[in-house]
Amino acid sequence: MKVQVPIAICFIAGMIMLVKFFIPHYWSDRLEEELLNWARIVGAFALVLGISSLLRTHVEKIRRRRRDYGYSFVTLLAFIIACVLGIGWGLDPPSPFDWIFTYVFAPLDATMFSLLAFFVASAAYRTFRARTPEATIMLLTALFVMLGRVPVGDMLAPHGLFVAWAAALGFCIVWAVYPWLRHHTGQAAPYVGLLIIVAPVMVAFSLYLAQSASETTEWLMSVPTIAGKRGIILGVALGSIATSLRIILGIERAHLGGGGGS
Amino acid sequence: MEDTGTRSFVERLLQLDRRWIFLGIALAVVVPFLVPGFKMRSGVVSPRTQSIYDTINGLPAQSVVMFAFDYGPASIPEMQPMAVALCKHAMSRDLRVIGVAIHPQGPLLGGQALREAAEEYGKQDGVDYVNLGYKPGGAAAIKGIGTNIYKVFPTDLSGRNSATLAVMQGVRTYDNIDFIVALSSTPAPFSWIAFAHEAYGAKMGVGVTAVMATDFYPYLQTDQIVGLINGLKGAAEYEDLIRHPSYGMLGMSAQSVAHLWIILTVIIGNIAFFMWRARTRG
Repeated sequence: MKVQVPIAICFIAGMIMLVKFFIPHYWSDRLEEELLNWARIVGAFALVLGISSLLRTHVEKIRRRRRDYGYSFVTLLAFIIACVLGIGWGLDPPSPFDWIFTYVFAPLDATMFSLLAFFVASAAYRTFRARTPEATIMLLTALFVMLGRVPVGDMLAPHGLFVAWAAALGFCIVWAVYPWLRHHTGQAAPYVGLLIIVAPVMVAFSLYLAQSASETTEWLMSVPTIAGKRGIILGVALGSIATSLRIILGIERAHLGGGGGS
Repeated sequence: MEDTGTRSFVERLLQLDRRWIFLGIALAVVVPFLVPGFKMRSGVVSPRTQSIYDTINGLPAQSVVMFAFDYGPASIPEMQPMAVALCKHAMSRDLRVIGVAIHPQGPLLGGQALREAAEEYGKQDGVDYVNLGYKPGGAAAIKGIGTNIYKVFPTDLSGRNSATLAVMQGVRTYDNIDFIVALSSTPAPFSWIAFAHEAYGAKMGVGVTAVMATDFYPYLQTDQIVGLINGLKGAAEYEDLIRHPSYGMLGMSAQSVAHLWIILTVIIGNIAFFMWRARTRG
């Protein structure tokens, strides 16, 4: 019963929402509205579960005097203060909760996230190396996108930046393709010939894009990037459909707790 | 001796103390904020940003726009200038603005953006704009607005009955909302597109952090969203369009210098790497 009843509820609710999508009728709308109300109430209980789990974890840490248990005191104190102020005086300014959110929580959270810029800069310096042709193509593209995402890129772009970038990219493509061609054709591909083909293409490409750095960045993001992205999205969508059907049909039972799928 | 000196210089460069890089980034970010009048223009305005601007600009007065504030303080530098610029634009056009959130920290930040714009244009809470606050449930809350917004948001953030507010008159479902912009640093816009647009046909735009922007390009190409405000640059572009230079443009200056610093360090790192490799192979 512990398994069958949740599976039955899941199946009925899932099928109703699935079938409802294809029946635009007053009663099916009412049924959906009611189910969505239930879903929001269940969602609110998830918040309660989350809070109780947080409290239990930190109380346990303090009770057992685990390493850095002092931070747990701070967490619990912050939780209690936020609850008391929020429930007692509301959220609207100039409430104490709004003051804490604006002048304590928001700057702290923003500061934590801002640290990322420092780590990204340090990591880029240490790891962004043109070790292979593929890494060089990625490096050149990344640097160009970085330029295109700021107005400085547009200021620099008309001064030969595109031609230099395209020439470097063309060189890397030849560098990457040549060994592959030689391996697959079994003979030495005409390196110079390849360069003669690629170089004009890259110059034409650079002239085509030579309006601004931001235009080129837009092209990079909306054409080559999206080509890969679409494949990922389709894969994820198919995976989601498969997982949803497995849950509705009771094949996947991990959400019931106590183990994985059947 | 000279060779040893050069070699040690290259090695020192390869093992550069990261605190120098940190110092460079700190200066790159802070100095533009300290230099008075150092506000860069946004550069070329993207057609995606322009499209959202044109859509709002084309709405007649008293049309209803909904802004979903689904972001937290961590993304304030990118998202808040965007939200403020959108609120200012909508209020300058005498549109009715409804703020909602399915991110718990969104309503307070959205409220700040709404109040900042309202103060500038003399708009009144409850009459010209409203902040309906946060609702848990994510996709369920978004779907719920499609059948009856008052079931999802019976009261606004201040606890007033939302159905009785002047700004909400004639608003019941997505059919009565002329344009929605989902502002987010989370995957929430996927749910807005899937349910508000796909299930109920709402006209939508999206504003997200730069790191997420490419996720939404496919939806632009299929016209599921009319436009996309892309990170801090998008915010600066919008400020440029409404002729209200503010933190977006100021941030753009800092970001420009920071990007140049990172590019410079990467180039130096690569030069050092190739020098080191040439010597070790030689």
